Amino acid sequence: MNGLAVSHLSFGYGAKRALDDVSFSVAPGRFCALLGPNGAGKSTLFALLTRLFLPGDGRIEIAGIDLAANPRAALARIGVVFQQPTLDLDLTVWRNLAYYAALHGISGRAARSRIEAALDRLGMRERSGEKARDLNGGHRRRMEIARALIHGPALLLLDEPTVGLDVAARMSITAHVHALCRDEGITALWATHLVDEVEADDALVVLHRGRIVADGTMGEVRGGLPDLASAFASLTREAA
Amino acid sequence: MRAWLTCLLAIVWREALRFITQRERFIAALVRPLMWLVVFAAGFRAALGLSIIPPYETYITYEVYIVPGLCGMIQLFNGMQSSLSLVYDREMGSMRLLLTSPLPRWWLLFSKLVAGTMISILQVYTFLAAAAATGIVLPWSGYFLVLPALIVSGLMLGALGLMLSSTIDRLENFAGVMNFVIFPMFFLSTALYPLWKMAESSPILHDICAVNPFTHAVELIRFALYGQVNWWALGWTVLAFAIFMAGALRGYDPSRGMIRGKAAAGS
Repeated sequence: MNGLAVSHLSFGYGAKRALDDVSFSVAPGRFCALLGPNGAGKSTLFALLTRLFLPGDGRIEIAGIDLAANPRAALARIGVVFQQPTLDLDLTVWRNLAYYAALHGISGRAARSRIEAALDRLGMRERSGEKARDLNGGHRRRMEIARALIHGPALLLLDEPTVGLDVAARMSITAHVHALCRDEGITALWATHLVDEVEADDALVVLHRGRIVADGTMGEVRGGLPDLASAFASLTREAA
Repeated sequence: MRAWLTCLLAIVWREALRFITQRERFIAALVRPLMWLVVFAAGFRAALGLSIIPPYETYITYEVYIVPGLCGMIQLFNGMQSSLSLVYDREMGSMRLLLTSPLPRWWLLFSKLVAGTMISILQVYTFLAAAAATGIVLPWSGYFLVLPALIVSGLMLGALGLMLSSTIDRLENFAGVMNFVIFPMFFLSTALYPLWKMAESSPILHDICAVNPFTHAVELIRFALYGQVNWWALGWTVLAFAIFMAGALRGYDPSRGMIRGKAAAGS
């Protein structure tokens, strides 16, 4: 069973084809980078994976659960960090986390213990009463990741989560998610267009103009080229 | 079932907290109808003569007549305000977060609707208290009996806002809703003048007023304030709620909804 399996997925906005016969899979507990330039179709893929849109063709399995056949069970196994921040800035850290837990039907003692665990993981327990507005960009993002894990998902989807962050915050968040995969067995699909966020043993899928142009480990995708940036530039240039 | 209730309460609580923290919104919601009550009603009292029509059993002043219409106005504006906040939520991504909950989408949207209705009822009661302070006191039982009517009308107008929010792609386009939905709905209704007055001036406008769901929401509130049920208005309001809710569910349906097209530019 894969953490995520996508097969023959296609989607269009009217006549415009955003995804064309996309297939790939991610093993459980793996960090998979979804690399693609702007407009490659990453956000559309995420909208399909989170069932904001329904695909025209193809199949999506979340931890072995068919998203189309059993959407509620599949969505319960997904944690999402969207590209746009989704924190309620006027609510406290605690309230933001409690709200998300409730959206997954978790309340009372169970919610409290999960929120405390999430805050401990972030080292932010003492800031739980602060408004989200008072957190810096890096802390907000880390909090969104912690929030996405409150209901114990098997798959974590992150759509360009480091956009707008400084280098230190980017590195910290990238390392944090790698550790989650390594230590807690969570499968992560990390969409980005920044090649330095991919580590050597990560799985890597390169998406360009709605099609998969490379799928393998970082080493395999890089091939004989000196670095991933060169390989990425070559792949997206050749397919253009 | 417990998970559904947890989700509903969380959404209502979040909306309530947001409303409390947005003090300007609360003040605006209160000032608008009070201005109408104090300024507009004073000016039109002399110009508009009112005959005795149900549910009134005696002559009433114009201020008393427009109170139910202003209650409806609060709910109409609140429904549109909720719609605006949904468009904002969608632009900011919070709506996406809501829609990725594993609970059924219709329940998530209904919870949003309930939250908006609760806020509108809070505003209406604050307005009624302020109106009482200016000397417009209604039958005491009416203050309690109007609650079910406010729930039905609030849900209907909230569902209208929800449906509209699925068709508006940008906040900037919201001005169009003000011009083409709120103002016609309000002015082509019985909020400010009774139906027979409208018939005197224009049969066509009278017919438009008669099918306007807002007219029926106002009449539902008006009769409830005097301890009566206007079954015709109730039927119309419930029917309009069903139609608007179906439109909203269609609008937010991932396979058919209009949100598909809106994401195209950003994808």
